[in-house]
Amino acid sequence: MVVRTRVNGEWREAEVWPGASLLAFLREQLGLFGSKNACEQGECGSCSVWLDGALVCSCLVLAAQANDREVRTVEGLTDAGRLHPVQEAFVEAGAVQCGFCTPGFVVAVADLLEKDASPSPATVREALSGNICRCTGYAKILDAVNLAAARLLERT
Amino acid sequence: MKAERPEAVPLAGGTDLMVELNFGRLRPPAIIDLTRAAELATHRQEDGHVFLGAGVTYAAIVNELPGFKPLVQASRSVGSPQIRHRGTVGGNLGTASPAGDALPVLAAYDAEVVLRSQARGERSMPWHAFLMGPKKTAIAPDELIVGARWARIRGPGSFSKIGTRNAMVIAVAGLSLVIDEDHRRVNVALGSVGPTIIRATPAEEQISSAMASSGAWQDPSTAVSEQVIDEFAELVASAARPLDDVRGTAAYRRHGCRVLARRSLAWALSERRLPTWL
Repeated sequence: MVVRTRVNGEWREAEVWPGASLLAFLREQLGLFGSKNACEQGECGSCSVWLDGALVCSCLVLAAQANDREVRTVEGLTDAGRLHPVQEAFVEAGAVQCGFCTPGFVVAVADLLEKDASPSPATVREALSGNICRCTGYAKILDAVNLAAARLLERT
Repeated sequence: MKAERPEAVPLAGGTDLMVELNFGRLRPPAIIDLTRAAELATHRQEDGHVFLGAGVTYAAIVNELPGFKPLVQASRSVGSPQIRHRGTVGGNLGTASPAGDALPVLAAYDAEVVLRSQARGERSMPWHAFLMGPKKTAIAPDELIVGARWARIRGPGSFSKIGTRNAMVIAVAGLSLVIDEDHRRVNVALGSVGPTIIRATPAEEQISSAMASSGAWQDPSTAVSEQVIDEFAELVASAARPLDDVRGTAAYRRHGCRVLARRSLAWALSERRLPTWL
C-alpha cells in the first residue's frame, strides 16, 4: 500500500508492506535513520518521534496510521544544519556514549522542554521514563536536560 | 467494516498489536485503524453516568478526567509518556490481560462494556461478563468495543500497583479501591493476581458492614480499628488467585495484595475525613 505522510514539514510517500511500522517506513522507505530500531515493543524509546505533535514510539504506530498525518523526527530538529539546543547540550554535557539511544532521548527532552520550560527533577525523570540508556547511567543525560533548559530559557 | 471482514484485527494505539506484528507472531489478513473513528476517542457524562470511549488514550484521561482519581492514577502508571499517548482503555479491554491497569478501576466502578455491531447494534455487558479469562473476552467476531460506561460513584478511591520500577512496569499486583458513599459500600478489585480481574467480595462486605456497625458511614471521623483493617487486608489477599511467573511468585503477589489493601483503605479513610472529592 502507499502511505503519504508529512514528515518534517514535507509530504513524502512510499509503497510499504501493510503491516510495516512507522519506524520501518521512516528508516527503510524514507531513508531517515535518526530514529533507531531496537526493542520494537515500545520499551526503549529509541524510535521516539512526534505524531501529530504527540510523543510516540514509532515502532508501535502502523505506517498506515500515519497516512495524512504529521510526523516530526529527530532530523527535523536541526535548523539549517545547526544543532538544536538539546542536541548541543547532549554534546557538551557528555550525555552521549555509544549514541544509539541519543536520538530518542533528544526527541523526548525536546518534547518535555516544549511543554515545561523549567521542569522539576521528578518531572524530568517521569518524562524520560520511556527511554533507556545502557551506557551513561543517566546522570550526564540529566545534566544535559538542565543545560538545555537553561539555554532555552536564556533565549526567550 | 468489521461486519464485512470479521477476521480483520482492530488496531488503536498499537501498544499490544504492533508488538505482535513486529515480532512476526501475528499476520492478520486485514487491520482496521480505529484511530480514524473520532467518536471512539470521546468521553461524556450524562444522568450521573460516565461514558469513556474505547479510543481515549491514557494521556487524555490524565489531562481531561481529573475527577476520576483511581482512573487517572491507573492511567498515569501505564508505561511511559510515549505509551500513554497511544495506549487506550479499549486496548486494555480488548487485550483482556489481567495486568491491564485500567481494568481493576473499571471493575471497582462496576463498569459495563459497550459493544457494537452492524447486525445487532449496540449491547453492553458487565465487565466481569466481558472479561472471560486471560486474553479472552465475550466479544463477537463482527463487533467492536465502543467504550465503557459506569454510574458515577461519589467517594474517595485509588489505584495502586506493585512493580520493579515507577514506570514501564507490568504490575505484579494491582488494586483499585473505591468507596461508594451513597450506597455505603467499599469496592475492591485486583489485577495481575489471577486469570482475570477479581473483586474481593468477602473483603468488601466485611469492611462495609464494619463501617456500618461502628457508625463510620455517618461520621467519617469514626476510627476504623486496626483489627478490622487487618481482617480486611487478609480477606483481600485471600481473594487473589495468583500464579508464580517471571514477574513474581504467587506468595509475593498475595502479600502485595495485603499491603495494597491496607494502604488503599487507609488513604480512602483519611480522604473521607478531608473530602477533596467533593
